[in-house]
Amino acid sequence: MNLSFFDQFMSPSLLGIPLILISLLFPALLFPSPSNRWITNRLLTLQLWFMNLITKQLMTPLNKNGHKWALILSSLMILLLTINLLGLLPYTFTPTTQLSMNLALAFPLWLATLLTGLRNQPSVSLGHLLPEGTPTLLIPALILIETTSLLIRPLALGVRLTANLTAGHLLIQLISTATTILLPIMPAVSLLTLIILLLLTILEVAVAMIQAYVFVLLLSLYLQENI
Amino acid sequence: GPLSERPLMEVRLGELHTWISTCDFSLQGLLGAAQKAWNSYYAKYINVRRGGPPGISMLLAGYCLLSYSWNYQHFKRHRWRKYH
Repeated sequence: MNLSFFDQFMSPSLLGIPLILISLLFPALLFPSPSNRWITNRLLTLQLWFMNLITKQLMTPLNKNGHKWALILSSLMILLLTINLLGLLPYTFTPTTQLSMNLALAFPLWLATLLTGLRNQPSVSLGHLLPEGTPTLLIPALILIETTSLLIRPLALGVRLTANLTAGHLLIQLISTATTILLPIMPAVSLLTLIILLLLTILEVAVAMIQAYVFVLLLSLYLQENI
Repeated sequence: GPLSERPLMEVRLGELHTWISTCDFSLQGLLGAAQKAWNSYYAKYINVRRGGPPGISMLLAGYCLLSYSWNYQHFKRHRWRKYH
């Protein structure tokens, strides 16, 4: 039994070195730099295929100016995907469960899209604050609502990622604690909880991938509006 | 060859302390040693003609072990540690 169920999210450190540093640098080890051979090893082939897939997917709706964002968006996607999936291994630490990290990722990127829009096409960007075809009387209210929804975007991006991952990890810990405790008392119910745990783990793998995708997709959508 | 240029696997146990004394313990030296170690692991287990899961799985297992050891001070206080 843990001291508290939220202990798993405390940023652990040993001899003053925080584990989050290693957890953030480890994904770089899993993606070796492509060599200049024509046919590389299987790992690199798979990774390059995957990178091509997501880059095409992200860059298709963007115009030529938006293609400057290809590197940062695809590398962000790979980072979030790897971090989320690595967090599902036993005893590992997931940096994206920390709200500070997710806000640090979301806020500057969102602000960059906003400032790009305001600098290059100010009237179009401000025009997004009023949807087409609104009745005249509703215009002031709608502008306020749209401004609020615009300003809350970075918060939503960060909190969405944090909440999804934290909730998933917490559920896994709770259900596994239940399974362990029930094992000597009621083995049948413990078996049921074990099946639930297996299904939940599959769900968590899916959520890890989906949340990374949603984060980057929303950023690319905000970019589309502004570039 | 001379002791300082031999890789670690070819150093005999008795010569180990002399080999360590010839090591370069500056930041550059340590980073260079880490780079060499990674390159030899990569070349031996991952960058092979018909590689598969084992190369990466060993890496991930090592990462799990590392995380376990990093958190050990915290785990040893789990109340039911004897039954985990």
